[in-house]
Amino acid sequence: MGLFRMPSLGADMEAGTLVEWLVKPGDRVKRGQVVAVVETQKGAIEVECFEEGTVEELLLAPGQKVPVETPMARIRAAGEAPGPAAVPPPPPPPTPAAERTESRPAAAPSAAPPPPTPPSAARPAGLKVSPAARRRALELGVPLDRVHGTGPDGAITVADVEAAARGAVAEAPSPPPTPAAAVPPVAEPGKPVARRGFDPVEMRKAIAAAMSRSKREIPHYYLTSTVAMHRALAFLEATNRERPPPERLLPAVLLLKATALALREVPQLNGFWIDGGFRPGPGIHLGWAIALRGGGLVAPAIHDVDKRPLPELMAALRDLVGRARSGGLKSSELADATLTITSLGERGAESVLPVIYPPQVAMVGFGAIVTRPWVDEAGGLVARPVVQVSLAADHRASDGHLASRFLAAIADHLQRPENL
Amino acid sequence: MKREELERMVAEVLAGIAPEADLTTVEEGEDLRDALDLDSMDFSMDFLNLVIGLHEKLGIDIPEADYPKLFTKSGLLTYLSAKIGG
Repeated sequence: MGLFRMPSLGADMEAGTLVEWLVKPGDRVKRGQVVAVVETQKGAIEVECFEEGTVEELLLAPGQKVPVETPMARIRAAGEAPGPAAVPPPPPPPTPAAERTESRPAAAPSAAPPPPTPPSAARPAGLKVSPAARRRALELGVPLDRVHGTGPDGAITVADVEAAARGAVAEAPSPPPTPAAAVPPVAEPGKPVARRGFDPVEMRKAIAAAMSRSKREIPHYYLTSTVAMHRALAFLEATNRERPPPERLLPAVLLLKATALALREVPQLNGFWIDGGFRPGPGIHLGWAIALRGGGLVAPAIHDVDKRPLPELMAALRDLVGRARSGGLKSSELADATLTITSLGERGAESVLPVIYPPQVAMVGFGAIVTRPWVDEAGGLVARPVVQVSLAADHRASDGHLASRFLAAIADHLQRPENL
Repeated sequence: MKREELERMVAEVLAGIAPEADLTTVEEGEDLRDALDLDSMDFSMDFLNLVIGLHEKLGIDIPEADYPKLFTKSGLLTYLSAKIGG
């Protein structure tokens, strides 16, 4: 018997609000399956399950806000006998949104309509839509402004979208969505939609908390290096010439992969500082800082960057940027980064000295790629595209000598782009 | 294809990338990337998505070497109509 708990999606998260269940009791779930949508300060996040088994009971109802680690559902492992009917009651509701004592799944909105939740003062006017519902609406071609939301705060759920698509009166009770319809695992790279239900004030608070903690606790030190990019850009130009637009690579993906390969050589920078000691990351999962329209940023992780070919990483990056902006990030993406990269983009500033995202122990910054005078191998003066690479590292976990080796390794990998 | 029609199609592609971007507010010679805040922190990801969107919608190839021709609104529309007109 396993308990599915409210996940911690980063150092700054204390609580989350359940927006929608995407499974119901009796459903079989797999590892990595998205089972719920949770509203956090970073917007709506799709929460994955890390167990295989059968959903026995849902312990939280949509609208309830609970602290991290609170049990949300009971999941029976494959082969295990069904558990007793008696269940632990849901934890005492910490917010007015959770006044109900009875926990009912979202599958029966007509039987247990959620009481209206007082909207938070900071929430901007606009529709609240779960990512799954948004995708369903896109699939069915339903304009979201014609859908009546029955979720917390009037949020639009998958069932609402399907009801609207059938032309049913939105107020009428709608049947529970089938699991197949509720979880369309359709990523839509390149087709991000408006990120609704995202609260810039809450996002600002989350960033403030994490960055204040970082500067309070982490003794940062910084190193920077200038790296020639002519080989990398020539490689990209040659590669992209033969490819249609959807398969083209951006410089970002070379910087990402070069960083991952350098971390293989200097694993002391890949991981976390926890309880007074360094814990190496379980893989090289790189957070990529993505600026959000309307303010703020998120740094979701791309998993196992060192092991994946460039086209796959490019697709992952495009998908991630699209979902970061449309509010469809997964819990594992927010929780798993072992080091974060910030890249200022083609026309950004020349260099950046990042603030480490705790409990990570280092962060890499890339400025814009700019053309500057450069002395080549033969001693001649030439114009070259260059990029400023910077590293902010935690002095509790590493020293400058090691960090220097790491920057040199990144530079080295960028001189051999065909091996990336 | 008429220029107005073309502009509408570009606006549709843009809506999928930057929903709040309003092409009608952009002046002819203005750089789209500045005017619409494309590519904030992710290396012309938005611009690439624009090229991909146009590629898929209009069925035209846009080589990377041509990107600079697409940076202004008038440049983009002129380029597209030339491509489509053949």
